[in-house]
Amino acid sequence: MEDNQIEDGEKNTNVEVAPALISVHPTQNSVAVAVGSDLRVYDLLGDCAVSLVDDSGATSHKDSIRAIRYGANGKLFVSAGDDKVVKIWFAESWQCICTVISEKRVSAVAISNDGQHVCFADKFGVVWVVDLHGIDGSEASVSKTAAPLLAHYCSIITGLEFSPDGQYVVSADRDFKIRVTIFPKKPLDGAHEIQSFCLGHTEFVSCLAFVITLDYPQGFLVSGSGDSTVRLWDITSGSLLDTCEVAAKVGHLESNGSDEGYSTITDLCAIPDTTLVAAAIQSLQGVMLLSCNLSTKTLSVAKVISIKGENVIPTSLASSSCTGLLWMVTGVSNLPGFDCPSVSRVKVISGFNKSSLDSLEHEPLPLEDNDILGGTKLLEKLQGSVTVDEKVFTAAAEALKAAMCNLLIKKQYSVEKREFRKRTRNDRKTKQ
Amino acid sequence: MLEKESNPTHSKSTGLPRKRFYRARAHSNPLSDSHFPVPVSPSHVDFSLHYPQFFPSSSEVSCSKKIQFADIGCGFGGLLISLSTLFPETLMIGMELRDKVTEYVKERILALRGSNPGQYQNVSVVRTNSMKYIPNYFEKGQLTKMFFLFPDPHFKEKNHRRRVISLHLLDEYAYVLGVGGIIYTITDVEELGDWMKSCLESHPMFEALKKEELEADPVVKLLCSATEEGQKVARNGGQTFQAVFRRIVPTS
Repeated sequence: MEDNQIEDGEKNTNVEVAPALISVHPTQNSVAVAVGSDLRVYDLLGDCAVSLVDDSGATSHKDSIRAIRYGANGKLFVSAGDDKVVKIWFAESWQCICTVISEKRVSAVAISNDGQHVCFADKFGVVWVVDLHGIDGSEASVSKTAAPLLAHYCSIITGLEFSPDGQYVVSADRDFKIRVTIFPKKPLDGAHEIQSFCLGHTEFVSCLAFVITLDYPQGFLVSGSGDSTVRLWDITSGSLLDTCEVAAKVGHLESNGSDEGYSTITDLCAIPDTTLVAAAIQSLQGVMLLSCNLSTKTLSVAKVISIKGENVIPTSLASSSCTGLLWMVTGVSNLPGFDCPSVSRVKVISGFNKSSLDSLEHEPLPLEDNDILGGTKLLEKLQGSVTVDEKVFTAAAEALKAAMCNLLIKKQYSVEKREFRKRTRNDRKTKQ
Repeated sequence: MLEKESNPTHSKSTGLPRKRFYRARAHSNPLSDSHFPVPVSPSHVDFSLHYPQFFPSSSEVSCSKKIQFADIGCGFGGLLISLSTLFPETLMIGMELRDKVTEYVKERILALRGSNPGQYQNVSVVRTNSMKYIPNYFEKGQLTKMFFLFPDPHFKEKNHRRRVISLHLLDEYAYVLGVGGIIYTITDVEELGDWMKSCLESHPMFEALKKEELEADPVVKLLCSATEEGQKVARNGGQTFQAVFRRIVPTS
């Protein structure tokens, strides 16, 4: 009886659902969505779906993709995930130029600002670096080995970012830590000099983003966490500048009181050329906009944009400069109990142009499907179909919430349960 | 003398806690999720609990003293007790993962403070997993000495990542050590001794102390003589392997 109780909590972890991810080319040449093992790319310049060129087989990834990202200069694209394969693509020809085999499942990726190094983090807390010097894509896909760069002690790394000036690499983990490490001149020898630790979160850190403006080109780091706060940091000293509680605001909006008070931040996206940060929050249908005042170093909730008439709780956000568009996707793969195990829905919010920032008359608004760049053709590619059965998303949101909890929150056992487990230990057995 | 009788786990003659009431397994898994409280950041550590004489109340921030020595995996605290009288003005802390052992050291310090008024006020102990939470306790460059004495050898290659000295963990130790700070390691396992030495040698932020520097350092002599493990090795006539390195500014 007691035995069953203890086992219960661990059974669910076998089914690993993965959230859908989205990434947009820095100048909006293309947009990529990953759902499960499927990587879907739409060419926005040519207004057509992209077919990936990969020598290694029909499907590039064999298990859920956990991280995708464009390089800062838009030349490269990286995808990686549970199949322990990191794929580096040319973001123009969509040819896979480099494949790296990881020892463990990959949880985050980043590309250095000069596009010469790709970093990826595995679930054991090690960040690896791949040197891309000499790869110009003239040959077919090459295999490379990665060198260890740094490590968080056996913690899952949830976020990986290069600072805007390229001086630091920032890594966040599920042990509430953000580590700022000086990115060395010879990364293959490892990054040993820690600039700072950003400590203050009281739950796992789930996402990182840099807010950059013309006045502050070095940028400020914002981080989202399971403790339902977004925090603003000075990375050179590691000091906490401001904390923005979002739970109250979300709870106020829902006003049904069903939420247990925790609103995990699942993704953050700094909108280029502005001081706005969009936050995707578990249980929030829509996005929350946070306004970052860089001169007073404060962070506050600016506005909640809800998506009416649709059950869209975004799992991932993306934006590109000069377009005023915020892209979002909601979706899940490996959803148990449904005919189509992978679903996704892409939405776009427009109106983040510089001019409209201060005047509230041009509020950011979600676009109708037909008004999205690329229209139904784009949606067909990225979603897999134009219309998606909405009922799935309620189940999907629940499944994702559970999966994130299982993965990142430490299991709490009562004293009795711990004592019960110890009872079977060899040294506690009563000697005959 | 009356109050001493009240505690059955303490020796009647010396007032010190007796080890047999604080038996613990020799090893603890550093990878397991912890159930003890961890300070959010170094500024959240309440020093008035650890050093009541140096920090009279938690509200007062007048005392700018910071912890300078950390004994990682302090065990039963032998080294800390010796260092406490050798450096009476330096704050030092022991970190230990096993809760019963931590309790023992706590009681030992309290008993010593009671029987030697004014002494042992600069030493304390905390139960934590130092492989995970070092940055939660110490600020950048705060420490001047770190000790890793007779750590768990973790012989199997599969378990090497559980070793307390590794190239990656040295990054964090280099972060909390100030420039010129010294890291002391010693073990009776030759394989582990080689491992720790090679990790430190290949790390760009550490350099080995010279022979004469080692001889001049009074702390080096304590590595073998002060710790319980060291005494045990000496009793059995075993060999020890030490590596003492200094934190330097990396050349780049």
